[in-house]
Amino acid sequence: MAFYRSHILVSVDPECLQKGAHEIIDALNDELVRSGLLDEVQVLETSRLGDPHLYGPDIMVYPEGVHYVKLTKDDIPYLVEEHFLKGRVVGKYRAEEVSAAEEELGPPKPKEIRVVLRNCGKIDPENIEDYIAEDGYLALAKALTEMTPEEIISTIKTSGLRGRGGAGFPTGMKWEFTRKSEGDIKYIVCNADEGDPGAFMNRRVLESDPHSVIEGMIIAAYAIGARYGYIYCRAEYPIAVKRLQIGIQQARQLGLLGENILESGFSFDLEVRKGAGAFVCGEETALMASIEGARGEPRTRPPFPAVKGLWGKPTNINNVETYANVPQIILKGPEWFASMGTEKSKGTKTFTIAGDAVNTGIIEVPLGITLREIVYDVGGGIKDGREFKAIQTGGPMGGCLTKDHLDLKVDYETLAAAGSIMGSGGMVVMDDTTCMVDIARFFMEFTQDESCGKCIPCRVGTRRILEILERICDGKGKPEDLDTLEELCVQVKRNSLCGLGQGAPNPVISTLQNFRHEYEAHIYEKKCPAKVCRALISFTILSEVCTGCTVCARNCPVGAISGERRQPHLIDQDVCIRCGICAQVCNFNAIEIN
Amino acid sequence: MPTIKSLDDLKKIREEALQKRQAKVESGSIEIVVGMGTPGIAAGARETMKAILDFIEKHKIQDVVVRQTGNIGLDSWEPIVQITVGNNPKVTYGKVKADLVERIMKEHVIGGKPVKEFMIEA
Repeated sequence: MAFYRSHILVSVDPECLQKGAHEIIDALNDELVRSGLLDEVQVLETSRLGDPHLYGPDIMVYPEGVHYVKLTKDDIPYLVEEHFLKGRVVGKYRAEEVSAAEEELGPPKPKEIRVVLRNCGKIDPENIEDYIAEDGYLALAKALTEMTPEEIISTIKTSGLRGRGGAGFPTGMKWEFTRKSEGDIKYIVCNADEGDPGAFMNRRVLESDPHSVIEGMIIAAYAIGARYGYIYCRAEYPIAVKRLQIGIQQARQLGLLGENILESGFSFDLEVRKGAGAFVCGEETALMASIEGARGEPRTRPPFPAVKGLWGKPTNINNVETYANVPQIILKGPEWFASMGTEKSKGTKTFTIAGDAVNTGIIEVPLGITLREIVYDVGGGIKDGREFKAIQTGGPMGGCLTKDHLDLKVDYETLAAAGSIMGSGGMVVMDDTTCMVDIARFFMEFTQDESCGKCIPCRVGTRRILEILERICDGKGKPEDLDTLEELCVQVKRNSLCGLGQGAPNPVISTLQNFRHEYEAHIYEKKCPAKVCRALISFTILSEVCTGCTVCARNCPVGAISGERRQPHLIDQDVCIRCGICAQVCNFNAIEIN
Repeated sequence: MPTIKSLDDLKKIREEALQKRQAKVESGSIEIVVGMGTPGIAAGARETMKAILDFIEKHKIQDVVVRQTGNIGLDSWEPIVQITVGNNPKVTYGKVKADLVERIMKEHVIGGKPVKEFMIEA
C-alpha cells in the first residue's frame, strides 16, 4: 500500500458538487502534479464535512485536521503552495470554528442496511434472469431440496422475523399454526394493499424486485402446505401489478410455479388480485372477504385466518416485506438475520420518511435504531433549519411523538409503550410550523372517511371526534370539549372491531397528551400557536416595512388588498380569506401573521 | 426457455446470466439503465427513455444495451439514468429530463467523458 504523508478529503456532498467540488478535485490534482507532491499527498472524496450551505465546497486536510472552506478552484494553487510545499496553514480559507477532527476520523457508521431493498434499482424487475443472477430462487431450491417444512418453520422462528404489516406477530409461529390447522386445502395470501397516506415502501419492493416476494411466498406455501396463493395488490399501483404479473408468468415458464416444482412433488400457483380501493381492505379479514368477492368488511377474530380464512380454509397472510425477507433468511441463515435489531425485534425495517425532513423517501434500517438517528442522520434533519416538533410513526393510526421521545429505540414494544405504533412504517416528520390540533383533525378526517361503517363505535365515534376537532380549529371550541374528546377516544378504541377503529383515536390521544397546551390555546385564548388554523389568524401589512410594490394586491385572489403605488397597503379583514398568498409573494416580509 | 428441474438447472441459468453480464463488460459495450419505478415515470422517465432510444437510432450507435430498473432510492433526483461504459465505474445522473439526454449521450456515450454537472455521486 502506498504511503502518503498527507490526505485531503474533499466533500462531494450533492450541494458541494453543485458548487464545483469536482473542479476543486481536478485543480488539487493538477496542482499536486505540478508541485511534484502527487506521491506524498492523496486526494480523497468524502461525504459532507460541515454544513455545505455555509461552507461548501470544503476540504479537510489530515493529519493536521484543518478545515478549509468556501473554496474556488482559483484558490487551490496558493493553498497547495502554502500548506503542502511550505507547511503553513492558510488562515484566510480556514473555517471559523475548528471542526471536530476526531469525530470525522472514525469509519462511517452505516445507518442503512439493505436486505429487503437489496436489488431495488439494481436489477431489471421484468427480467427473471437478472434476479437469478443475484442469487434469486436459490433459497427456494435450498428449501425444496434440502429442507422439510418443519425445518423451514423452525428456521423462520429462530430468525425472530415478525410481521412487517404493523402488528408484529412472529411469522414462524403464524406459519406453524396454519400448518397444524386441519384441512386439505390451505391458502397463502400476500397483503400488498398498502394504504397508509404517504407510505410507499411496499410499492418499491413490488415494482423493483417482485420476484423476492414471489419466492418468499412459494417458500411459505411449501412450509404450510398450501397449493394456491393470492397477492392482494391495490389497484392504485398499476406498475406493481403489471410487474407482479410478468414475474409470475416468467416463474411459471421456468417451472418455478406450477406442478411439481423442481421435481420435488410440491405444486403451487399464484395470482394477483387487485384491491378495491378501500383502506379497510388492508385489514386481514376484510382483505380476505374482498378476495372472495364479498364487500370488504372485517369480521370478528377468532377464528383467526390460520384456522378459518379464505373460503373457510386455513390461510396464512403476511405483508410484502415479510415475504421479501424470507429468501434471505433461508439463504444466509437465521443467525445472520437475528444479528440485526434488538432482543425482541430482529432484522431490518423499511420506513417512509415524509414531511419536513431534508431527505424524504424510503430507508431501510436495522430495528433498534433511535428516532433521532432516523430524523437527523438518515433524514438529514429538518428542512430550512427549522426546529423539530413531532414525529408521527405508523401511518394514520399512529401517535405523534415529541422531541423527548427522540432517543427511543424503534421496535414494536417501545413504540407501543410510548403511545404510538410501528405500523407498516410510515413516518411523518413535523417542524414547528405544524399545528398539532390541525394534524389530529387531518388524520381523523382520513380514518373517519375510511371507516367501513360496520360497527358503531368506529362509524359514529370517529365522526363525532372529527366534529369536535373541526370546531376547535374553527375557534369555536368549548372548555368541556377536551374531556369529551378523551372519553370518546377511549370508547372508540375499546369497542371497535378491527384495527382501524382501535387505532383511529391514537393521533388524538397522543396529541392531547403531548401537546395539550396547543388545544388549550385554541379553546381558551382562541389562538393557533403555530399560526395554521385559518379561523384563528389574521394577516396585516406592516406599514413601516411595506414599500407599496403592489405585488400582494395583484396576487390577492379576492381583492382584499388596497393601496396606492409606493404607499403602504392595507388588508380588508372582512374580505380576506386568509389564504396566505400575500405572505408568500411579499419580497419584503411586510406581511405579519397574528 | 427450458424449465428448471433441479438446483443444478437453476445454478446453470445463474451462471449464464452472470457470464452474459461479464461478456458485456469485457467487450467494452455501453449499458444505459433508466430508473422506471413510479417516481421515475412520474418525473418523466418514459420521455427520457424514448429520447435515449431515439438518439441511439439517429446516431446509429452500436454495442449499447438500454434497460430499465426500479427505484434506487433517490426519488427527488428522478429521472435517474446510470451509464456504464465497458469496465469503467458506473456513472449516475440525476434529474435527466428528456432535453438533457442529447448532451449526456454526445459527451459521455460518444465522447467518453462523463458530464460532471449532472452527476449525483462520484
